[in-house]
Amino acid sequence: MQTAVTILIDGLTYASWLFIVALGLTLVFGVLKILNIAHGSFYALGAYAAASFVGWAAALKWAPAFSIVAMMLAALAVAVVVAPLTERALLRFFYGRDEVLLVLVTYALFLIMEDLFKLVWGTNPYYVSEPYALFGNVSFGRQTWVGYDFALVALAVVVGVAVWWVLNRTKAGKVTLAVIHSAEVASSMGVDVSRVYIAAFSVGIFLAALGGAFTAPMISVQPGVSVGVIIVSFAVVIIGGLGSIQGAAIGALIVGLARSFAVHVAPVAELFSIYVVMAVVLMFRPEGLFQRTQARRI
Amino acid sequence: MTKRTSAGAAAQRTALALAALLAAGTASAQETFKVGIVSFLSGQAAESFGIPAVNGAKVLVDAFNKGAAPAPYNKTGFGGMKIEAVYVDENGGATKQVQELRNLYDREKVDAVVGYVGSGDCLAVAPAAEEMKKFLLIYDCGTPRIFEDGKYEYVFRTAAHATMDNVALVRYLKAKNIKAETFNLINQDYAWGQDSKKDFTWSMEKLYPGAKSGEDQLPKFGAGQYGTEISALMAKPADVTHSSLWGGDLQAFVLQAAPRGLFQRTQVVFSAADHVLPGLGEKMPNGVILGARGAYGLMSPKSALNDWWWDLYSKAYGVYPVQAPYRMVQALLGLKLAAEKAMAANGGKKPTHEQLAAALKDLEWESPAGRIRMALGNGHQAVQDTAIGRTRYDAAKKMVVLDDIVRFPADCVNPPPTMKSEDWIKAGFPGAKGCP
Amino acid sequence: MGTPSSVPVPAGVAPGGLFASPGVRHAAAALGAFALLALVGSFAPKWLTFLLTMAAGNGLVSLGIVGLMRGGVVPFGQGMVFAIGGYAAALIYNRLGFTDAIGLALAGGIAAVLIAAPFAPLLSRYRGIFFAMLTLALSMVTYGLLMKLETFGGSDGFNLGRPTLLGQKLPDDRVGFILFLVTVGFAVVMAALARIYFDSTRGLVTLATRENELRVEYLGGSVRQAMAINFVLAAFCGGLGGALVVMALGHIEPTFSFWTTSGEFVFVAILAGWHSVVAVFVASTVLEVVRSFSSSYFPNTWQLALGVFLLLVIRFLPKGIGSLWHRERR
Repeated sequence: MQTAVTILIDGLTYASWLFIVALGLTLVFGVLKILNIAHGSFYALGAYAAASFVGWAAALKWAPAFSIVAMMLAALAVAVVVAPLTERALLRFFYGRDEVLLVLVTYALFLIMEDLFKLVWGTNPYYVSEPYALFGNVSFGRQTWVGYDFALVALAVVVGVAVWWVLNRTKAGKVTLAVIHSAEVASSMGVDVSRVYIAAFSVGIFLAALGGAFTAPMISVQPGVSVGVIIVSFAVVIIGGLGSIQGAAIGALIVGLARSFAVHVAPVAELFSIYVVMAVVLMFRPEGLFQRTQARRI
Repeated sequence: MTKRTSAGAAAQRTALALAALLAAGTASAQETFKVGIVSFLSGQAAESFGIPAVNGAKVLVDAFNKGAAPAPYNKTGFGGMKIEAVYVDENGGATKQVQELRNLYDREKVDAVVGYVGSGDCLAVAPAAEEMKKFLLIYDCGTPRIFEDGKYEYVFRTAAHATMDNVALVRYLKAKNIKAETFNLINQDYAWGQDSKKDFTWSMEKLYPGAKSGEDQLPKFGAGQYGTEISALMAKPADVTHSSLWGGDLQAFVLQAAPRGLFQRTQVVFSAADHVLPGLGEKMPNGVILGARGAYGLMSPKSALNDWWWDLYSKAYGVYPVQAPYRMVQALLGLKLAAEKAMAANGGKKPTHEQLAAALKDLEWESPAGRIRMALGNGHQAVQDTAIGRTRYDAAKKMVVLDDIVRFPADCVNPPPTMKSEDWIKAGFPGAKGCP
Repeated sequence: MGTPSSVPVPAGVAPGGLFASPGVRHAAAALGAFALLALVGSFAPKWLTFLLTMAAGNGLVSLGIVGLMRGGVVPFGQGMVFAIGGYAAALIYNRLGFTDAIGLALAGGIAAVLIAAPFAPLLSRYRGIFFAMLTLALSMVTYGLLMKLETFGGSDGFNLGRPTLLGQKLPDDRVGFILFLVTVGFAVVMAALARIYFDSTRGLVTLATRENELRVEYLGGSVRQAMAINFVLAAFCGGLGGALVVMALGHIEPTFSFWTTSGEFVFVAILAGWHSVVAVFVASTVLEVVRSFSSSYFPNTWQLALGVFLLLVIRFLPKGIGSLWHRERR
């Protein structure tokens, strides 16, 4: 009984982390049709920015509770400053080209950002410790979890609902949905597609940076942080369906629970289970579980 | 005077000067000894191993060139020849490293290469250097396989391999009479983690017969998220929990496990964790048993050489040297002695690759971490002492210190020249001497 | 209307004499190229010969990708066949004791074909990003397997010794040059064969598929069959390249199948464009040179240098290097 509950809770907390991290990726693909390999780099940028912002907050003698605000501000700063810059100065030139070409462009961006992080923040590790202890501990039976992990679950729910609500219940969201279905038709109906692109990209980057910012308290922020995130976000997004928010949520839950089960019951299988799930889904249902984009086939 | 004659006079003077210059210098005064230094300047190993080692190299080469090192290392450069260092990033995979190695020898024309942290890289470059008949000095790399599975003339490793880390760890538990009837494992799922886990398990079988292994977690390298693994470790707690985690992964694990009480529920032992102590500071729980893969950092033996090195590094970088720079310094000190020995034998000329190899074979020298002896692998693989300690945060000094340090002489925790590490552990450490 | 030179000429002696036949022309060009490269290799410094060997071996993989790109799909998982070819060659060398360089290279290619062929019918149904993602997933599964399997060395991989050539042991000082000749020889032969294939009926059907698949189907061609065959041929090229690279390096490891390796092959294919086979090897050499010199001159920021180079190429050479000298015959 204890084990079952533990597996569920671990699956849920890991899935929440995955969802926050992967949501931006699926959104950017859905709207801009770009599979952003640099997604992990924006995640890392969020983590570094959080380290800096929380550091400044501590220097300004803010109360520890406000470190959460600092982290939000960090993610926001990344989205507001870096995202439009990247979109206008770089991605814009490659729209309409082959989708795979864009993957290579984002790969180049990933390489560039890795070294930029080293140049700006150096190679020493950064710790964002204040927020992690804010929520105390939660115990169930003989297990103890950190309250922060559950706060992440709450954050995932809030973020997911917010994005869904904006897309489906607001005008801007519906315009975005129209652009997702067909940019050409939307454009001919008078929609400023490039503004939608910039906005969607910024939101996607904000979500990546948010993931990084809120992960920073539980890791040491240093070079190489982006690498571990890329593949796992891809797997979630592919399983759930590129461009689908419900898909990202379900994909995250599947991966989270599967991994939790593997770790508790059969740790040996953990390493390439994620790749196998990804490959199987692709073979039988390449659009992922929630169709948003059709797989072109003959 | 016409222009021609004054020009002629100038030309004459220049010619004389050139002739004088050429006559004055044979090798020693003008030539430099070019050494290629390869380590992780980017990627996940940069912060924990690569950059500190390279920083150590930089400050040391500087000191050598000024003749500022204590005797017997006080000659300028190598035997009077200035040292010129070229740095290469080890990141990018073993294939790239073989290419970079060739570039270093053939294009940059380095006289020696000192490098490599990743075992995969070492296993790839060692045969390449041997094939090219060029001198290669491996300063890190954990795997014992290099000299156990191969014979080399030109390749050397000036640090002991990873077998001694886990053997010493188990011996420490035994020496301190720590209860270890059950043990859990959490290691990264790649060669380093798997080998460490095996060495620890086999050593436990010998020194704690009857001890049962429980959880065997193998998270992906670079995973960074250990919540689930920590739950598993806490659901079935054991007396001892072993890990060979390092770098960012280790730091993430500690940050995530400590608040959940893992360190109170089990005795955690880390085989190679000293490098995270300066950064983690207070966040490192007390009472964690850990090794540094040698008598390094806070566990380094007191000596004039060590004091000099400690000051040299700390003043330059604001932090005390941990294991990576120590391994670099013992490598460069060994190279210096070997080069000078070769130069003494060949009349003061820059040593060839063969002469360097002949000089380094079977060599012994003092380093800040104690005596280094090239005793295994036919004189190509070093053994050294190691030490294990226990963490405690010292609020007055505002840093983590290590208490209860126990030193293990080289012959206690390293296999003899005649046996492979795996066989030696499984046979119950025959021939181990001087164990506390 | 097409001029006569755009209509594929059947092999055999054409009215214009022996050299008007494309097969003979290509063979002569291949021979000439090989002779030139052999000459260059005999005078070049060792590091350059090694660099060219690697460029040629890697270029073979990209050649396969170009074959697929002509059909409108971009595989992002050629690391899989590259790794299979390499591991096959290394395992045969170590376990079976067979050491002939040419034999090992061919064995690598065949092994890759055998393992990739079952996936061809499945993959030939997909296009665009899904084709890329499916091949990526397959290559990462292969990577995961190779990392796990300790009999294959696990994450450290393993070494193989010096190959022999036609029964002869290779002398110490000429090993690099001889492996260079073998690799470049294969590259030249495969380039010529690729050119012939691209100009053949099936090759042109592939090109037509890129433009409009429906029309090709209506005209009686089978797009799926063309794609499947292209995939198998690309697997052969990839396996061949993998085996040759492994012999030059003396070491193999799972990273051969990692997505970043596959990405680099795709980049070379894009840099080359799909018009000229020579461009593929030129592009491969360019990447090797850029990588090599960024490492030397920017040890701390070589990733930045490489990323910027990639972006500049993608931006300013949309049709690849090949477009610089290929003239569209209309």
